[in-house]
Amino acid sequence: MNLFRYAAPQTFYPLAGRLQPWFAAAAIALALAGLWVGFGIAPADFQQGEVYRIIFIHVPSAWMAMFIYLVMAGYAVFTLVFRTRLSGMMCRALAPTGALMAAISLWTGAIWGRPTWGTYWVWDARLTSTLILLFLYLGYLALIAAIEDTERADRAGALLLLVGVVNVPIIYFSVRWWNTLHQGASVSLSAAPRMASTMLAGMLLMSLAAWMYSIAAALHRVRSIILERERHTRWVRQLAG
Amino acid sequence: MTELGTFAWALRRDLRLAMRRRADALNVLGFFVLACSMFPLAIGPQREWLQRIGPGVIWVAALLATMLALPRLFEHDHADGTLDAMIASGRPLSLIVAGKLVAAWLVTALPLIVLTPLLALAFAMPAEAVPTMLGALLLGTPVLLGLGAIAGALTLGLKAGPTLVTLLCLPLYVPVLVFGAGAVEAQAAGLSPYAHLALLGAGMLAVALAAPPVAAQALRISVE
Repeated sequence: MNLFRYAAPQTFYPLAGRLQPWFAAAAIALALAGLWVGFGIAPADFQQGEVYRIIFIHVPSAWMAMFIYLVMAGYAVFTLVFRTRLSGMMCRALAPTGALMAAISLWTGAIWGRPTWGTYWVWDARLTSTLILLFLYLGYLALIAAIEDTERADRAGALLLLVGVVNVPIIYFSVRWWNTLHQGASVSLSAAPRMASTMLAGMLLMSLAAWMYSIAAALHRVRSIILERERHTRWVRQLAG
Repeated sequence: MTELGTFAWALRRDLRLAMRRRADALNVLGFFVLACSMFPLAIGPQREWLQRIGPGVIWVAALLATMLALPRLFEHDHADGTLDAMIASGRPLSLIVAGKLVAAWLVTALPLIVLTPLLALAFAMPAEAVPTMLGALLLGTPVLLGLGAIAGALTLGLKAGPTLVTLLCLPLYVPVLVFGAGAVEAQAAGLSPYAHLALLGAGMLAVALAAPPVAAQALRISVE
C-alpha cells in the first residue's frame, strides 16, 4: 500500500471521516475511565487532600500542549520541504487544540495554585514557559488568520513554527535560570511526593483521553478545512451533490 | 559582483536611504528615551526603586524600540518593487538581508546603545554596571533585529503587519531579555556577569548565521 496516497486531501478526507468517530469514542471512554479512577478510586493526597485531583486534567493538558507544538513543527517541515498541502491544513487544524490545551493547563494550574500555594499565579519557570507557549500558539493563529492567500499562510506559518520550535527549549531554560536567580525555588512541581499507582493509572488514562480527543478534534477540523479549500474541485462538488 | 560585494551594496544602499530619512531613526531614538522616562514618573523617584528596575526598563524599552524599526526593514522595498528586483536579480538574497540588517543595526540600535549611559545616570545605576549594560546591549540587539527580520518578512504587506510583528516577536525575545537584564542583575548581586554575556554572545552568533537565510526564505514565501 502506498502511504503517500493519503497525503492527497481528496483521499484523506474520507479516511479522516471514517477514523474520526473511533477516536472520539475512545476519547470519551478513556476520559470516563480516567475520571472514575481519578475521582473514585485514587486515594486523597496526605499533604494536599482532595485538591490534588486537578492534576488528572492539568498534567495531560500540559503534556498535550507541548506535544502538539512538536507535531505541528513536524508537519511544518513537510510543508516547507515537500510543499504538501495536507500538512499545512493539519497544522491549521491542530493549532486551536494546542492553544486550548495550553490555556486549560494554565487555568487548572491557577485553580490548583490558589489553595496549595496561596496564590493563583507565581512566576515559576514552568508556568512562565507554558504562558509563552500559549503566546506562540496565538502568534501562529494570528499570522495565518492575517494572510489571505492560503498557500502563503501555510508556508509562512510553517516557517514561524520552526523558528518557534528551535526557541522553545532556549526559552524554557532561560526562564528557569531567570527564576532561580530572582527567588529561590519556592515551589517546585518536581519535588512532589511519589504517586500512588492508582493516581498514576488515572493520569495515564486521562493522558490517553487527551490524545484521542486531540486527534479527533484535529481530524474533524481538517475535514472542514479540506472542504473549504477544495470547494472548487470536482470531487467536492460531487460530494455536495 | 562578488558575495561580499552584494553584502556591501545592500549595506551601503540602506545606510544612504537612512541618511535621507533621518527622522525615522530619530523617532525610534526618541521613543526609547521617552519610554524610559515614563517609568520614574509612574513609580516615583525613589533612588533604590529606580536602581532596581533600571536595567529591566532599559531592556524592555530597547526591545520595543527595535520593534518600531522593524516594519521599515522590508516594507518600503516591498512597496516600490525593489524587493522583487532583488529577488529576481539572482544575487544571494540572504546576503542582501544580512547587509540590510547590519545597516538597520547601525542606524537604530547603535544610537540607542550610545544613549544608554545617560539613561543609566537617570536610573542611578552604579558606574561599574554601565559597561556590563552596554556589553549586553551590544550582544543582544543583533538578536532582536535578526529575529525581528524574520517576523517582518513573514508579515510583509499585511494590513495587520505592525501589531502582528509585536505578537510574533515578543515571545521569542524572552531569552534576550532574561540574559540581557540578568547580566546587570548578576553583577549587582556580586556575581560574574560573563555567563550571561557569553550566552548572549552565543545567541548573537547563532542569529547572525541563521537569521539572514531564514528571513530570505520568509521573504520568498511572502512575495511569491
